[in-house]
Amino acid sequence: METRDKIKERLGGKILVWQENSPRRVWFSIKKEDIVETVRILFREIGCRFSIATGQDTPEGLEILYHFSFDKKGVIFSVRVLIDDKLHPEIDSIAPLFPGAEWIEREMWEMLGIKFKGHPNLKRLLLADDWPEGNYPLRQNHES
Amino acid sequence: MSHKVIVPIGPYHPLQEEPEFFQLYVEGEKVVDIDIIIGYNHRGIEKLAESKHFDQVPYLVERICGICSSSHPYAYVLAVEDLFGGEKNVVPERALYIRTIIDELQRIHSHLLWLGLAGHFIGYNTVWMWAWKYREPVLDCFEMVTGNRNNYAMYKVGGVRRDIKDEDIPVLKKTLDELVPALDMFKGAVMDDPVIQARLKKIGVLTRQQVIDWCVVGPTARASGVNIDIRRDEPYGVADRIDWNVIVEKEGDIFAKTVVRIMEMYESVSMIRQSLEKLPRGEIDSNIKDIPPGEGIGRVEAPRGECIHYIKSDGTNRPIRHKIRAPSFMNVASDKVAAVGGTISDATITLAAVDPCYCCTERVTVLEKSTNKKILNGWDLIRLSQEKTQKLKEGLGV
Repeated sequence: METRDKIKERLGGKILVWQENSPRRVWFSIKKEDIVETVRILFREIGCRFSIATGQDTPEGLEILYHFSFDKKGVIFSVRVLIDDKLHPEIDSIAPLFPGAEWIEREMWEMLGIKFKGHPNLKRLLLADDWPEGNYPLRQNHES
Repeated sequence: MSHKVIVPIGPYHPLQEEPEFFQLYVEGEKVVDIDIIIGYNHRGIEKLAESKHFDQVPYLVERICGICSSSHPYAYVLAVEDLFGGEKNVVPERALYIRTIIDELQRIHSHLLWLGLAGHFIGYNTVWMWAWKYREPVLDCFEMVTGNRNNYAMYKVGGVRRDIKDEDIPVLKKTLDELVPALDMFKGAVMDDPVIQARLKKIGVLTRQQVIDWCVVGPTARASGVNIDIRRDEPYGVADRIDWNVIVEKEGDIFAKTVVRIMEMYESVSMIRQSLEKLPRGEIDSNIKDIPPGEGIGRVEAPRGECIHYIKSDGTNRPIRHKIRAPSFMNVASDKVAAVGGTISDATITLAAVDPCYCCTERVTVLEKSTNKKILNGWDLIRLSQEKTQKLKEGLGV
């Protein structure tokens, strides 16, 4: 079965929007509560490699794109999650599933202020130790 | 007696946006734990990119890394071209070939650089001198074609900035012809040397499962039997129009990583030769003016592994989000499993085996835990590593 059909079948109703803009790029959004299960299916069952995650501040809320590479076909599946509570953004950590996600979650935590629940070691990765608390450089309202 | 070993790698990582700081915890000779601390020189390039227009960003991102200063701009232009449905929709034929030639030349010079330093760390200074000697003509080729030894400024959205002149092609071919005997020599020197085998085999092993769990990429992954290479999996440039092989080894140790890199240089030589042979006449730039709104991802196989850029455009002349992930972001984290369990004399080469930055190791410092007194510096660590090779040589009667 084609990988995208398999993903659609395994995730079923979890998929909110499915987009294919170019042949090798698939984007789909899910609810933030489903992230750990979705990542487990993509990583462990389908056999995708976790490439990286992009966090960004959008007018609707904080958005995370988890980019998974399916190397056998050269396709990137980007899982889109919206966290609409900008005051207390929280999402479950995927780092307990595999250690390769630890660093990027630490980076998104310090750059955007997203709290990753269940992260084994949620401390600063890139910013200086004396960087002020609550000042998130990749937020749109950040004054540089 | 327990020592707290602090290994600051920096001050400026050529690949990532930041230098790194390794704290090795050792018991006697054995490494029992490692802390990796990064962020000392975070330059905020992702944020900076949001204030540049699309044509300025390549200059910015090629300064992320002086060694792979072709990979970052290439991944970036691929991300922007993804908004047009892919590189092949907008880039003229001749430019595709030129892109591959520059990208593979970069791989050769980067792997030679690594080979030289790996040689130096284990006490083979002749390998160091020779590898860098043969790297020079490659850099001369860059200077001839692009005007610079590094930071080539070749890539732009929709094409390349400079053409390869007809009179440059024989020089490129001659340089490659002269490089092959040198590669043969390095291959022989590594494969047939009992000391190098004793020094690098079963050291710094990453298992296949560890590679998958730590999301490791590039030669580091391929040396552990994980068959991934972006050039084949998602071809860019002319990688899908020429013959070449993905080099995969099974063992996962530093010897396997060395073999992968050496053999990859042969493939790169062959890829450049074929590209030069087939190089068509024509335009090199499609003069794109407007970038459509949307989201794009571009990725290339940098010498160290997958380099991936994400771009979000709202139809204006600046990206509203630019995410960059260099391969070492994934690879360096895996040192946590590769170095632990080894000895301190192997730590230098193990941490170097993923091919991070090298302005690093002369800044290695060992501190006595109780007093924080400096007892070993970087040169001492390299000396320790080199002495181990010397002992092995004496033991083998070489």
